[in-house]
Amino acid sequence: MKEIILNRLSSAIPNVQLEFSEYKNELTLQIAKKDVVEVCKLLKNDTELKFIHCEDVTAIDWAKRKNRFTVVYHLFSLKNKFRLVVKADVDESDCNIDSVSSIWRAANWHEREVYDMYGINFNNHPDLRRMYMPEEFEHYPLRKDFPLLGIPGSLALPKK
Amino acid sequence: MGLEAKLTQDGFLATKLDAILAWSRKSSVWPMPMGISCCAIEMMAAADPKYDIARFGSEVMRFTPRQCDLMLVAGTVTYKMSHVVRKIYDQMPDPKWVIAMGACTSTGGMYRSYPVVQGIDQFLPVDIYVAGCPPRPDNLLNALIQLQEKIGRTKARDFQNKPLPELNIIQNN
Amino acid sequence: MEIVNRDEVHPKIIEALLKADTGLSIEDALENEMILNMGPQHPATHGVLRLVLRLDGETVIACVPELGYLHRGYEKMAENMSYYEFIPHTDRLDYLAPMCNNVAWVLAVEKLAGIEAPPRAQYIRMLVSELSRIASHLVAVGSMAMDVGALTVLLWTFREREKILDIWDIICGARFTNSYTRIGGVANDMQPEARSKVEWFINQFDENLEECEKLLNSNRIFIDRLEGVGVISGEDALDLGLTGPNLRGSGVDYDVRRYQPYLFYNEMDFKIPTYPEGDCLARYFIRIDEMRESAKIVKQILDKIPQGDVLTNQPKKVLPQKYEVYSKMEELIHDFMIVNFGINPPVGEIYHAVENPKGELGFYFVSKGEGHPWKCKIRSPSFNNLQAVSHLVKGYMVSDIVAIIGSIDPVMGEADK
Repeated sequence: MKEIILNRLSSAIPNVQLEFSEYKNELTLQIAKKDVVEVCKLLKNDTELKFIHCEDVTAIDWAKRKNRFTVVYHLFSLKNKFRLVVKADVDESDCNIDSVSSIWRAANWHEREVYDMYGINFNNHPDLRRMYMPEEFEHYPLRKDFPLLGIPGSLALPKK
Repeated sequence: MGLEAKLTQDGFLATKLDAILAWSRKSSVWPMPMGISCCAIEMMAAADPKYDIARFGSEVMRFTPRQCDLMLVAGTVTYKMSHVVRKIYDQMPDPKWVIAMGACTSTGGMYRSYPVVQGIDQFLPVDIYVAGCPPRPDNLLNALIQLQEKIGRTKARDFQNKPLPELNIIQNN
Repeated sequence: MEIVNRDEVHPKIIEALLKADTGLSIEDALENEMILNMGPQHPATHGVLRLVLRLDGETVIACVPELGYLHRGYEKMAENMSYYEFIPHTDRLDYLAPMCNNVAWVLAVEKLAGIEAPPRAQYIRMLVSELSRIASHLVAVGSMAMDVGALTVLLWTFREREKILDIWDIICGARFTNSYTRIGGVANDMQPEARSKVEWFINQFDENLEECEKLLNSNRIFIDRLEGVGVISGEDALDLGLTGPNLRGSGVDYDVRRYQPYLFYNEMDFKIPTYPEGDCLARYFIRIDEMRESAKIVKQILDKIPQGDVLTNQPKKVLPQKYEVYSKMEELIHDFMIVNFGINPPVGEIYHAVENPKGELGFYFVSKGEGHPWKCKIRSPSFNNLQAVSHLVKGYMVSDIVAIIGSIDPVMGEADK
């Protein structure tokens, strides 16, 4: 399966840098963040691959590496019964990445959740606002520098 | 509450009137189920045929606050939801009581994290706390019986001169 | 002629216009649309879901759901506690089928750490998963019927559900949020009373389900309220991320138990029901059929279950039994190390998905070799199912929204994490 994906992708978009890795029967594809939309469009529309189900979009905060965040996409192909994980690194200084919600509509809310929890902006997202926390909340909870108990005074409570 | 709340002395007629009013208030406590999460399912289970809550007088669970006396807060209350809960509590007419069902409403429960209010008594006056995660329906019925005993000890003049609820002023904690 | 205030001009003119003789033809009596808030506290939104609707009369033009009223910070908590400590938290995710979530978490951790549970434990896990599926679908069917007006069905399905909760009470001691599974197996073996009670329940379940069906299946009002309401096609459903009975109600037969089998599901004989229509009635029929298939699976499990122990023998990763901890030295040390430092799986990432009654529940771990995960993402089915609500309610009336949400069957505990 890995060879099929490698062949189809490199024949269609030759100057994209692809890196595969495998761990416990799960295939991971690492790409640069500028190629996300191209690669994902190909993965969805290709007749042989057909990754039409976008299961999840999430992000990892590494807290001390050069590229602080990694955006992770979980894709599933019903035709081949195969799951693929696509990863793209995002740095804190340039904290935005292109949105794939034009390719899979399921990614819409997932990207809003990533924005709410990590603060990563998604370009060309139709409706980027906070998902879980109230709109006035100023911090990004799932970053590693936000404490578990929260910052006192950041959320309002009604008077007794 | 009009005339009977103005009785200030404990004569024979006054105490009999108090007893009748207390008996009628406690025998038909209509709960307002503020069912938020898992405790709401046990609250629904307390209303099903096995642990019938209707035999204690709570025949209907009206979902509108204007017709209820008891607010059963069941489930974790987050900061975002606390304003909604307070708004609905303010809309309930007097006399009203609050049962905090479960560990999450009593003290924040197993969620010691940023969005969860560590106990609803930070913004609501609570009468009975029910322990459990979630409390069994029999536990909830025990709480209802204890609340009924508490109501049975009230006097009519307790419900006079209650201040009107103010507009919702948001306080930063 | 009465004198009216400046502010009251608009509605009074409209009222007068509407009461006037019908020779007048008005293009749009209500020129502006109405914005209605179906708030977080509502009898028919299953839990704390807020829908802000834009209405033209009673027809919905647009709908924006707002989540976050039950956001409890699960993912942040998971980064701060060990894999064992998080098992009670997984109960509260989809609180209508708690055993399914326990099984999902434990399978994901076992895949990451490379542990395998013994066969009897796997069969017991399958048994409790299928019982959870029946319990969850009972609540789903009951509340959907209650939302459209059939109040009796709710009480009958809750009566059946109480029997399942009794079974769980005997098996593991807790009625409802039971953290029954452990890493490496299950907490304790299934007793003979539990087994006989499961047999008794399955034998009388079909007739009781048929009683509930007789009330609903040919009920004119039920069918009129649900047929043709909330229609979604197969590709739209897959594109929007729906899974579970909602996706199978539109003709796509995606079931994780068949596509990526786990436990012993590839040895069980069961059908995957699908209906091509894609409306609320199809989703209701799927849940009824799935309950019957789950009962079939439970019967097969009771025939096939082998004898054996229920916890593997890997002392560094699996918690020992308490009576051994109190009397032997090595078990005491292992207990101390596992509870305080965690099981320390190898460095890597894993994603594991199971078929929950609501859809596909997945756990994604990133482990750096420590006792607690570096990152844990919960892919909850209700979150994805709710994304389709704004697409499903367009063009229908306000009372159809209730039926649509009932047929999607969201659980806010897992949608808000």
